[in-house]
Order: sequence, then C-alpha cells, then structure tokens
Amino acid sequence: MADFKELQDLVVQVRRDIVRMVHNVNSGHPGGSLGCTEFFVTLFNEIMVTKPEFDMDGIGEDIFFLSNGHISPVFYSVLARKGYFPLEELNTFRLIDSRLQGHPTTHEGLPGVRVASGSLGQGMSVAIGAALAKKLNKDPHLVFSLHGDGELQEGQNWEAIMFAAAHKVDNLIATVDRNGQQIDGPTEEVMPLGDVAEKFKVFGWDVLHLENGNDLQQVKEALNEAKTRTGKGKPVCIVMQTVMGHGVDFMMHTHAWHGKAPNDEQLETALAQNPEALGDY
Amino acid sequence: MTIYTDQGKQDTRSGFGAGMTELGRTNPNVVALCADLVGSLKIQTFIDENPERFFQVGIAEANMMGIAAGLTIGGKIPFATTFANFATGRVYDQIRQSIAYSDKNVKICASHAGVTLGEDGATHQILEDIGLMKMLPGMTVINPCDFNQTKAATIAIAEHHGPVYLRFGRPKVPNFTLVDQKFEIGKALMLNEGTDVSIIATGHLVWQALLAAENLENQGISCEVLNIHTIKPLDEAAVLASVQKTGCVVTAEEHNYLGGLGESISRTLTTNYPAPQEFVATQDTFGESGTPDQLMEKYGLNTKAIEAAVLNVLKRK
Repeated sequence: MADFKELQDLVVQVRRDIVRMVHNVNSGHPGGSLGCTEFFVTLFNEIMVTKPEFDMDGIGEDIFFLSNGHISPVFYSVLARKGYFPLEELNTFRLIDSRLQGHPTTHEGLPGVRVASGSLGQGMSVAIGAALAKKLNKDPHLVFSLHGDGELQEGQNWEAIMFAAAHKVDNLIATVDRNGQQIDGPTEEVMPLGDVAEKFKVFGWDVLHLENGNDLQQVKEALNEAKTRTGKGKPVCIVMQTVMGHGVDFMMHTHAWHGKAPNDEQLETALAQNPEALGDY
Repeated sequence: MTIYTDQGKQDTRSGFGAGMTELGRTNPNVVALCADLVGSLKIQTFIDENPERFFQVGIAEANMMGIAAGLTIGGKIPFATTFANFATGRVYDQIRQSIAYSDKNVKICASHAGVTLGEDGATHQILEDIGLMKMLPGMTVINPCDFNQTKAATIAIAEHHGPVYLRFGRPKVPNFTLVDQKFEIGKALMLNEGTDVSIIATGHLVWQALLAAENLENQGISCEVLNIHTIKPLDEAAVLASVQKTGCVVTAEEHNYLGGLGESISRTLTTNYPAPQEFVATQDTFGESGTPDQLMEKYGLNTKAIEAAVLNVLKRK
C-alpha cells in the first residue's frame, strides 16, 4: 500500500509514460489510456493481491484482464512500474522485436499479460473462464477486468454478461470505462449504449456507479466497495465515468485522441501539464 | 491386401463421448463446455459423473470459446463442444485471438463436420473447417476415422499442451480400427502397403479408401493406404516415403479441396517430390439436404469416386 501522495505521483508519471510512448512511435492510443490511469494505478497498487513473480495460472492471487487492449500504454506503464518487467522496456513499445506489442499479447511472454486483446468484446468471456477456474481450484482470489464502453457494442459481451449472472460468477469485478467516446465519435451518436448500469442490472449483475473515475479517492472507494460485494451470488460491475484524455487538456472530452499520437510540440505541452514525479523511463 | 473388419457401425461423435467419459474419470483437470448440443455431442455421461466440471453456455459459441480460454488460466483443460460449423467459422476471431494467438490449452471438439450430417443441409454442413483451423499458427488439427480412433484421439489430446481442433461426425460408420489403440498425434498410419498409387485419406473417407483399395487390388492395381488422422502437424515423412515409392497420390477427405488435407499434401509434394495428385473432395461448393450416402455419392466422396481418381492419376504417372 502506498500513501496518497505516492499514488498521485504515480498517476502523473504514468501519464507521462503514456504520451511519451505513443509519441515515440507516432502511433498508439493515448485517449483511453489517460482516462483510465487512476483506475490502473489504484487497482495494481491498492486493490489487487498479487504474487511477486508472474505466472500464467495466477493461482493464489488476484488477476486482471484488459479487454479493450488498445489502451496498452497505460497497462504497460503500470505493469512496468509495478515491477513486472524492466521500466526501460517501455522504450520498445510498438517497435520490431518487442514484447510490448501494439495490443497486449501473451505471445512474446510479457509478464502481467494473460491473454491477447485488441479485437474487441472478448475479454469478459475470458475473465469469466478464469473466475470459474478459480472456483474449481477453490482459490478465493478475485478476477478483475476492464472494458471500453464502445466495446459493449460487440454482441459477445452480452452473451458473457448473461452467462456470468446465470452461473453466479461472483468472484468477478468487471469495470466499464464509460468515457462516452469511440473512434467515430461519441458513443451515443455512433451506436447509443443507453443506461449501461441498468442493462447490467437487468441481466442480473450487482452494479456500482463510479461518478468520477479520474478521482483517485473515488476509484479506491469504488473498487473496495466492489470487493465487499463479491461472493454474494452475483457478478459485480463498476460503471466508471471517466474523461477520455484526462490530464492533458487538449486531449480531453473528445474522441479525436482515441488513436492519435501527439507531435513534438503537443508532447511538450502534455508533459508540462504532468511534471516529472518519479523519474521518466 | 490387409483386410479390415467392420466391428459394427458407430458414430464418431459417440467415440468422442466415450473418450470424454474416460477423461472425466481419469483427469480431474478436464472440463467440458457445450453450446446447447449436449445430446448431439454425446457427453451426458461426462456431465452426470462430473456436474461441477461442465458448463452449459447456451447458444453462445463466441462466449464459449472465450470462457474456455479463461479456464486454462488456472490449469484446467477445457473441451469446448458444438457442431463444426459453429465451432470454427462462427467464432474464428475468438479462436484466433483468445485461443491460438494466446496459446491457450483449449480443445475445440466439433461434431457434425462435413456433408454427412445429412438432412439439416448446407447451413450446418461446414466443408471449410479444416482449412480455417490449419491456417492458425500453433493449432493442431485432427480428423479421426472411426469410433475407436475418435475415442483414442479424445484421450490423447488432453495430454497434449496447446490448442487442438478435433473434428468428427454424425453418421454411423464402420468401426474398424483397434479398440483401446494408442493415438499418436502427428503420426500417419499405414493401413495397407502398395506399390502403384498412394491413397491418403482422413476421417470418414479412410474406410471408403480401404474399400476402393480392395476393389482396385482385384483389378491388379496395388494401392497403399495411409490414414492421416492428424492434418496438422502433417506427417510429411510418411507421405513422402509413400509417394516416393508409388509415384502418384489420391487424397480423400470430406472437405472442400481448397484448404483441406489435399492441399497440405500438395504443398509437401511440390516442395519435396512433385508427383501427380487427384483430389477426392468437394469442389468448392456448399452441401445440401439428403441422406449421408446420397450426399457422399452426389459430391463424389465415396469408394466409387476414389477408384475413379486412382484410375485418372495412374494415367498421369
């Protein structure tokens, strides 16, 4: 457990990592990564019980699945700063021969990643499977997952949501990043999702609202509250409101930075807004 | 000519079910999933004996593949079961990303492959599944020929680490291989030694190949018959040894000639030992309703078709 200041510093540093990684290769997805920074920092440093060494089976620890794999920059940064792999490796993001592929994969053996994701809508099914394995193994630890809101347009999610309730997968906490943006525009214009929380509820889930997913304290409280709701016969969902691009003013509240890298000047502006806190990679 | 005896017709899917029953008793890590086709997949005994190790997913194959991938994380060996059409084409990207690219130890077990599921027609008769699955890096593709071999293959794939596509069928067909045989993934089986032509067959067509070989033997044509139950990885050494001896080959499969066993054999021969080849396979077409025998006849997948192909290929030697 870190103190609050340390977590705040980590959030700022991860944001620096994200924009630097994406800028370095002039590709990648900064918007959703920046919006989910508080979530990742809190989950990995305050919430999940993890073993010091990574192994694929993850027996005896909490495990996490990223379904919206395009926000790999925030995932990689938080994994590296948690010690899963050397920080310098962030330099290799999206480069040839790297373990840090554009979208996360197990294929190159990067510690911390348990399934490939990027083709959307598949992560919840995988998380459910891992949660079922934990039950079969009588492992009391939890499975966490993160999903984009736009990703919920993929029908497989609703198959999974239906299954999880029917099979009482109550050791799963699935968080939906409700930033309201997707590649072609606002979700409610591209393909309206409506009341996401209500949809999960009527499918039989226990649902929590996280009003400000860019507020560290609120994120921590919501994740802790979600943990208390596990083991009660229902899968748990957190509908987390975030701002895409949070922390970099010109990237906020727009889908424009979903999958676009900043130029040199924009990078400097972004970094100035997030002054170095724990040392750049 | 080695003579094989039909021990009594049985469906290969029941061989799968029998294998699952045995795995349920012997391997506590084996779990099963099904998308509303328990009766068709013949896994009721596994479910009755291991209810906590079975997951009914409903009519949701994409979700089933993802859950199967997740179950491997924690050491389970999931057998995801449905019809071949829904186990491959419908969920190709789920298999590609969550299973194959993620190197998950999932066994995709597919019944009702090919035209011989019969009357349900082309919506259910996939003839492209071998191609789809063999193109995925790391995927093992197995198509056993009868009840006994399907049972043995089912048991064997639980011991193999990595994704496997196990393909079998609906109709009752002759059961002629050994009871309790040892199944070696990737090992071709020599069923009959011959000198004039190699008949290389997989699945339901293996028995048809044996009948054809017997008929041709009576006409003085010596046929070597190879059973390729594992299409990938292909036993290239066995294929080459046979064709180097006979000089020509007929491949036989209940699948489109595009993407099937025949093409894998072609690639092997082209790069190592070019030789005339004829394809007994469907000719880039969909199937239709009918009885299995009618369909095998109409789509050129039976003994008669193999014999004709042999006579053709011999002319090209």
